[in-house]
Amino acid sequence: MSKSAATHARPRARPLSPHLQVYRLIPTMAMSIVHRITGAGLYFGTLLVAAWLIAAATSREWFDAVAWAYGSWIGRLVLLGYTWALIHHLIGGLRHLVWDTGAGFDKHASTRVARAMPFVSAALTLLVWVIGYLVRGA
Amino acid sequence: MVELTLPENSRINEGKTWPKPEGATNLREYRIYRWSPDDDDNPRVDTYYVDMDDCGPMVLDGLLYIKNRIDPTLTLRRSCREGICGSCAMNIDGTNTLACTKGADEIKGAVRVYPLPHMPVVKDLVPDLTVPYAQLSSIQPWLQTVSPEPEKEWRQSREDREKLDGLYECILCFCCQTSCPSYWWNGDRYLGPAVLLQAYRWLIDSRDEATGERLDNLEDPFRLYRCHTIMNCTQACPKGLNPAKAIAEIKKMMVARRT
Repeated sequence: MSKSAATHARPRARPLSPHLQVYRLIPTMAMSIVHRITGAGLYFGTLLVAAWLIAAATSREWFDAVAWAYGSWIGRLVLLGYTWALIHHLIGGLRHLVWDTGAGFDKHASTRVARAMPFVSAALTLLVWVIGYLVRGA
Repeated sequence: MVELTLPENSRINEGKTWPKPEGATNLREYRIYRWSPDDDDNPRVDTYYVDMDDCGPMVLDGLLYIKNRIDPTLTLRRSCREGICGSCAMNIDGTNTLACTKGADEIKGAVRVYPLPHMPVVKDLVPDLTVPYAQLSSIQPWLQTVSPEPEKEWRQSREDREKLDGLYECILCFCCQTSCPSYWWNGDRYLGPAVLLQAYRWLIDSRDEATGERLDNLEDPFRLYRCHTIMNCTQACPKGLNPAKAIAEIKKMMVARRT
């Protein structure tokens, strides 16, 4: 018997062509993904801020406990990540603000901006932490 | 809906490697997506070798070399071979573009060819474009007027005509449409970059008198606002157009008419 589609009782379901599996990750696409991930990360970071404030409003013991956790090396690492996510999402948001005016859509310019984003966010994060340590004096 | 992996029937297997052309010294490897409705197999990727000393420089030349000399069952759309018909749009080297204007020498390593992403496959490199065509007709891409028809043509100043530059050149190849992750996940409701660029082409046309109705039709959380400025469309367009900017301009028109 013929195996042609015409002899099938129902036509075969068409496959879906590959998408993420084959599409080259380009800078603007990568920064869009990172913007989303950092945005989601900020929910978690906001919980950290809320926990800190609630502890401060509860009692000295609670505040000391949270301050100890945030001050530990692992706590500082998490806070460093939160700072970076916040700053990356912030400058990503500024990029969207510029786009909302209709500017910054040039193919090459937008790629250059996307390429610069990780460096800018890393540099600003470092700056915030250096200033933080200087102000704290330790 | 976001679905990062392919459905069961769409997973790609390693296919066969076809013999190299005899006596050829300047070989180029092509890895091409294959799927046929006439058997029960999953899609596969076949490997071919093209004799570059006996073949034109473009990826389309390579594909036709394979179809003519090695494997006549390889199925693809093509027509003008000069970037004006949009038929040979496909995913080449990880980016959507036209096979006829993409030089094989622009690609490092094997030339990887897949159909336009996240579309139902009719056969091999031929995607089913029914949905984007239906979306295009939904924005009514023709001149709409209420004024009495003029004696001759609808007049337009040079300045107003210039507003159509960068829009009228679209050949509807759907390279941008199928490069957009937002369109991949919400293609049933989001109109996509190609269709929205066409929508803007009629919104900005000084002769068109249906601007309000056109904007009403787009004022929808999905049809227009699924654009998240990922910019794959603008990066992919083989004609150098800017669908992302056209979409931003529509969003601006939405705001402007509220004030």
